[in-house]
Amino acid sequence: MRLGASLAAEIQPDPGPAVPVAALRGVAKRFGAVKALTDAHLELHGGETHALVGENGAGKSTLIKILAGLYRPDAGSIEIDGRRVEFDGTAAAAAAGIAVIYQEPALFGDLTVAENIFIGRQPRGRFGMIDRAEMNRRAAALFERLGVALDPDRPAKGLSIADQQLIEIAGAISVDARVLVMDEPTAALSGVEAERLFGVVEGLREAGTAVLFISHRFDEVEALCQRVTVMRDGAHVSTDPMDAVTVDELIGRMVGRSFEAMFPHRSTEPGPAVLEVDRLRRGGLAGEVSFSVRAGEIVALAGLVGAGRSEVVQAVFGIEPRDSGTVRVDGRRLPSGRPQAAMAAGVALVPEDRRQQGLLLDLSIMRNATLVRRKSLARFGFLTGRAERREAAEWTARLRTRYGSLHDAAGTLSGGNQQKVVLAKWLSTDPKVLIVDEPTRGIDVATKAEVHRLLSDLAADGVAVLMVSSELLEVLGMADRVLVMREGSIAGELDRDRATEESVMRLATGQEAPA
Amino acid sequence: MTALGERPAATARTGSTALDLVLRFRALGLVLALAALVAATTAVNARFLSAQSLRDLLFAAAITVLLATGMTVVVLTRGIDLSVGSVLGLSAYLTGSLLSSVGVPVPLAILTGLAVGAACGTVNGAIVHFGRVPPLVATLGTLYVFRGVVYFVAGGSRINASDLPGAFLDFGSGTVLGVPYLFALAVAVLAVVAVFLSRYRSGRDLYALGSNPEAARLSGIPAGRRLMGAYVTCGALAGLGGVLYAARFGTVDASAGYGLELDIVAAVVVGGVAIFGGSGTVVGAGLGALLLAVINNALPVLSVSQFWQQAIVGALILAAIALDRLVGARTARALRRKAAADAD
Repeated sequence: MRLGASLAAEIQPDPGPAVPVAALRGVAKRFGAVKALTDAHLELHGGETHALVGENGAGKSTLIKILAGLYRPDAGSIEIDGRRVEFDGTAAAAAAGIAVIYQEPALFGDLTVAENIFIGRQPRGRFGMIDRAEMNRRAAALFERLGVALDPDRPAKGLSIADQQLIEIAGAISVDARVLVMDEPTAALSGVEAERLFGVVEGLREAGTAVLFISHRFDEVEALCQRVTVMRDGAHVSTDPMDAVTVDELIGRMVGRSFEAMFPHRSTEPGPAVLEVDRLRRGGLAGEVSFSVRAGEIVALAGLVGAGRSEVVQAVFGIEPRDSGTVRVDGRRLPSGRPQAAMAAGVALVPEDRRQQGLLLDLSIMRNATLVRRKSLARFGFLTGRAERREAAEWTARLRTRYGSLHDAAGTLSGGNQQKVVLAKWLSTDPKVLIVDEPTRGIDVATKAEVHRLLSDLAADGVAVLMVSSELLEVLGMADRVLVMREGSIAGELDRDRATEESVMRLATGQEAPA
Repeated sequence: MTALGERPAATARTGSTALDLVLRFRALGLVLALAALVAATTAVNARFLSAQSLRDLLFAAAITVLLATGMTVVVLTRGIDLSVGSVLGLSAYLTGSLLSSVGVPVPLAILTGLAVGAACGTVNGAIVHFGRVPPLVATLGTLYVFRGVVYFVAGGSRINASDLPGAFLDFGSGTVLGVPYLFALAVAVLAVVAVFLSRYRSGRDLYALGSNPEAARLSGIPAGRRLMGAYVTCGALAGLGGVLYAARFGTVDASAGYGLELDIVAAVVVGGVAIFGGSGTVVGAGLGALLLAVINNALPVLSVSQFWQQAIVGALILAAIALDRLVGARTARALRRKAAADAD
């Protein structure tokens, strides 16, 4: 690991006694009537990667925001190097050496990549003016250290999530952060990108940084972390060395009940092909794509981020027009670029980014759940409310969505419950073909299992399910067939028996089989 | 790590140059439109390009350029200041009466105008930041409040040129190398603000605030201080505009600068400053102001009726916004393509 070596050579790790670099003790925080944190404890040591796991709503995000200086705790204390401190803002936390990389990168699209890294700390030359050349040089040097190719002088607008995260990491490295907090950094990354990120994190850890790593993926937690803290309902449950606990134990502590199989077993004979895609081409997609999905079958589109998986499903659904090729549902051709036609033919798409594409966050849960069925629920062209309420209540109950009132804004729900509302919205249309793009990104284990069971049940009822997922485990656990995409075309197809982590990754990265 | 992860770091640099071109093209487009309009008008009436006529044009443009500069600073932060016309009126009347009744020296009068404007800007900034009132509503309110203050102070009276010191009026009508002092002053202010916005940390913070307020909060940008600064700057420049107004026209009554705010917003939008913040330059806004001034002066020469003048300004605003959309969509596509190419 090149990075690790070079960093370790620059900064000697502190061999001193076990005074934690940063610690939270007995921290509590409430928002109105909601207790987000009741009794949180956390100790972060230099040169150690510490995992923080817990279900959504366990209080992990609130904890991070307290560490970042964004919230002030109601009770408890924050310590840096054993000394009690109070952060009166993000600037104070940053000054104490804490860098936080949030789940959704928060960049300035109109500013350049380099400015995003150095905002507020731009190198200055004569008359205190920003030295742009120097700033770009430093940014390029940071990217070199991270082993990535990014143009410092391009606007941040239009970058992939993986690249956006790298910009944030570059920012953290540029201030020599002593504590690096990463909130589900790999949720939006493909396997290779995640590997690259782990290399970077490992290098920083070896150089003495204390890393706090939050993830729902236990394989990552196991591979990367030396210590793990479990949180449940806003309180500390346990902290152990990673090798002293098993994943099953951790999950048991997280959910407070024993863990059932994440992936329900199914044995249905698939029916006739419902969705047929033939030689599909579109802008932004290098190659040509043909495949079909049969009734009762779950087909996964796997591949790296940027391989064109989302582009394919968007063109199938008609959000983006296709340049050539045909899409048929039950043998009937869908017109290009017309989602209404796809919906009328029985196709439903649960998009990748639920906050931006799937939900109207300011509208009520009810409005969101019934949005696509406005016409069929209206009497004489007016929405009466009663039918809407009934439908919304029925579907949210079927998906076991947890909410206060149907009239609450969808934005107030946790990630997993938001996803269920999006699913409710589309399932209420009784689709023949269900396309789900990253159905379980950023949602907790228990909800994940529920979503998986739901998809299985739907397939058992004869729905053709097309799933895009970056989570290999999910692909392997759920899919009857795996289509692996690489650079805009399908690199290969694997059925359930032949699909393994290795075979999928090999197709996705285009590597030859090992000799 | 896999083979892909160890790819050597080769820095490609294309996307930004393409974008630079678009942005430069934007300013270039304004310059071309200006040139075309001047050429067409001159063809009809050669006197349009006479020294006298050009001087009139620059006189007319000076105040709009100055106010458009201030407005840009606010618009960059996702804000807007609709009170600039009223601030100009208030400042013009107060400095005018100070000069005519108390007889303060001219530099002190200019400082007074700046201070009056800055005070108004402070009020705007405080309402927007501390009151969390949307800028459109806040400054719509102060538009009426400040105008009410002018009417209260002025009553029905007015200041006449004969009441003002000669040196002040000379400053208002004088030229250096054929360029009015007022225009030179406006351009100097614009240049200073342009450097501030592009080359100073606090200037970049304004872009950051307009680009992504949430991220700005996370990265510890002092939003309150920056917003106050933006509104105070805009107010102070409107106040300075009031001084220029008094110097140029000599006659000031309570209605000075009435309705000016929309002309300023129009100039800023035509000049390519995104109304939702985060992008645009004062140079563009200045060119926008100049273009609108040329239109106002050229159309009568071309014997185009008043109605068409307004319609043309309106069409220009729509064209500017349409162009923004088009450019935005194109750049986004280009960046995506580039990102895809980089990933290979």
